[in-house]
Amino acid sequence: MTELQKENKTEVIVVGAGPAGISAAITVARAGHEVVLIERGTFAGSKNVFGGAIYAKAVKEIFPDFEKNAPIERKLIEHKFAILGESDSTVVSYRKNHEEAISYSVIRGKFDRWMAEEAKKEGVILVEETVVRELIVEDEKVVGVKTELEDYYADIVILADGVNSLLARQIGLREDIEPKDAAISVKEVIKLDKNIINDRFLVNEEEGCVYELFGGSMLGKLGLGFIYTNKDSISIGLGVTLDEFTKAKIKPYELLDKIKAHPAIAPLIKGGETIEYSAHLIPEGGYKKVPTLSGAGVMIVGDAAMLVNNMHWEGTNLAMISGRLAGETAVVALSKKDFNEDTLARYQEAVEKSFIMKDLHTYRYLMDIMHDKKEVFLDIYLRKINAFFEMFTSVDGTPKRELYRRFIINFIKERGIKGLCSDAWAVIKLVWSILVK
Amino acid sequence: MNLDDKLATLKYTPDSVSHLKPNNADCKTCKNRPCENVCPAGVYEWLEDEQKLLVKYENCLECGACRIVCEKQSLDWEYPKGTKGVMFKKG
Repeated sequence: MTELQKENKTEVIVVGAGPAGISAAITVARAGHEVVLIERGTFAGSKNVFGGAIYAKAVKEIFPDFEKNAPIERKLIEHKFAILGESDSTVVSYRKNHEEAISYSVIRGKFDRWMAEEAKKEGVILVEETVVRELIVEDEKVVGVKTELEDYYADIVILADGVNSLLARQIGLREDIEPKDAAISVKEVIKLDKNIINDRFLVNEEEGCVYELFGGSMLGKLGLGFIYTNKDSISIGLGVTLDEFTKAKIKPYELLDKIKAHPAIAPLIKGGETIEYSAHLIPEGGYKKVPTLSGAGVMIVGDAAMLVNNMHWEGTNLAMISGRLAGETAVVALSKKDFNEDTLARYQEAVEKSFIMKDLHTYRYLMDIMHDKKEVFLDIYLRKINAFFEMFTSVDGTPKRELYRRFIINFIKERGIKGLCSDAWAVIKLVWSILVK
Repeated sequence: MNLDDKLATLKYTPDSVSHLKPNNADCKTCKNRPCENVCPAGVYEWLEDEQKLLVKYENCLECGACRIVCEKQSLDWEYPKGTKGVMFKKG
C-alpha cells in the first residue's frame, strides 16, 4: 500500500445511508471503530423511497429512544385489507391500539436524515453527494471503493447501496435481477388537513392506519397497492412486478391514477393536493434470490441483499437488523484483524439464524405460486369475493337459495372443476410450505 | 393528474450529460421496447422517423427498472453524479 492509499484508509466503509447502512455504520462506531458512511444523495434520505412504515422493535434495537426524538408521523393502529373490483369493494380490517407501537408511518426525507444525524453524533463520518462507482479488489479481496473524485480504502466495505446494488453485481455476489423478481412501485404523497385525515380514517390525533389494496387497476397482475396516513398527508401507491410491463402497454402511473379514481378510494383523498410523486424498485425475489451475503472484505445488507418480506410488507426492519448484524460481524473481524471470507461468513450465519431468513424461507414458494396463479387468485377470486357480497346484500325479491345456487354454479362454470382442484392444490402446497416445511 | 404534473412536484438538478445510455443499434431491432412502458417518469420515447430512442434523462427517478427490463441487456445505466439528479423531500 502506498502512502497516499494509507491516508485515505479507514476501518469500515458503508455505501448507502438508508436504514441498513446507517444501522451498520452506527454499530461499528459504537464499538469505537472508524467508519465512513458514503451517501450519493444531497442528504441521507434524499434518494430513498418506500411505502410508508417503520417497525418499532427493529428501530429500537438501534435507537432505543426514537419514539421520543425521531420525526415520526402516526402510530399505525389499524390494517385494512381492501379487495377492489372494477367498481365495488370488500374491506376487512383489524384494529387494535397496542400500548407498545408496532409500526409508525414516517417521511423518509425526515426520518433517514434524523437517523444519519444521530449516527454522526456517535462518531460515524458521513460523506454526502458522493457516488461509489466501483469496488477496489486486490488479490480477490475487496479493499476499498472508487468514487468520482477519489479512491478510499478500508478493511471492510459494507454494501447498503439498495435494490440495484451495482457494486454487489460488480464483484459477482449478485446476478442481474429478472423482471419478475422486482416490482416497480409508484407513489404520491397527497397533502390533506390533519383533521380531515382523522375524520376520514376514523383515527385520533397521532394515530393512523394502513390500507393494503388488492385488485382494482391491478386485477390479474402481480401487484399490490397501499395507503399510509401521515400527519397531514396520505401516501398512496402501488407496486407491480416488472414482467407485467414487458408484455402490455401499460404505465405504472396510469395504474396508480386508476386506483386513485376507484369509488372506494377517491373519497379518501378527495380535495388533497399531490405534493410529491416518487418511484422505487422493490426486491420481490424472496428466499431463492437472496445472494451470498459476504465475501473477503465485504458484506451486503438490506435491499442490496434482496431482504424484503413481501407477504408482510416488511423491508426497513429487515434492513436495520441485517445492518446491525453486519456491523457486529465487522467489529469481531476488526478485533481479530481478520477480514477474510470465513470470518465475514459469520454475518451470513447470523442472518440465517435470525427471523430474516427464517421468514423468507417460510414464504419461499409464495411468489412462484402467485406468478403461476395471478390470473386466478388476483383476478377471478378477488372478483368472486365482491360478487359474493353483492349477492349477499342484494334485495330484489329473488329467493336466497336461488341466489346461492346461481353464485355457486357460476363459480364452477367459470373456473371449471379442473381449475378449482388446481387452485385448491396450489393453496394446500403453499400452506404446507408455510406451516410445515 | 398527468405525468408532467406529477414530475413537476419534484426537485431536479439535471446534469449536462445523460447517465442513461441505450445502445441505439439494439433499440432499432428491439420488438417491445419495455423501457417505454415501465419507466415511471416517461423517460424513453421511440422516435420512429429518426429511428432513435429519445432519452429524457432529466426526468429520471433513478429507480433502475429500465435496466432490468431491457431485452437486449444493453442499456448502460449508472447513477447520476453525487450533486445531480432527483431529490425526494418526502420519499
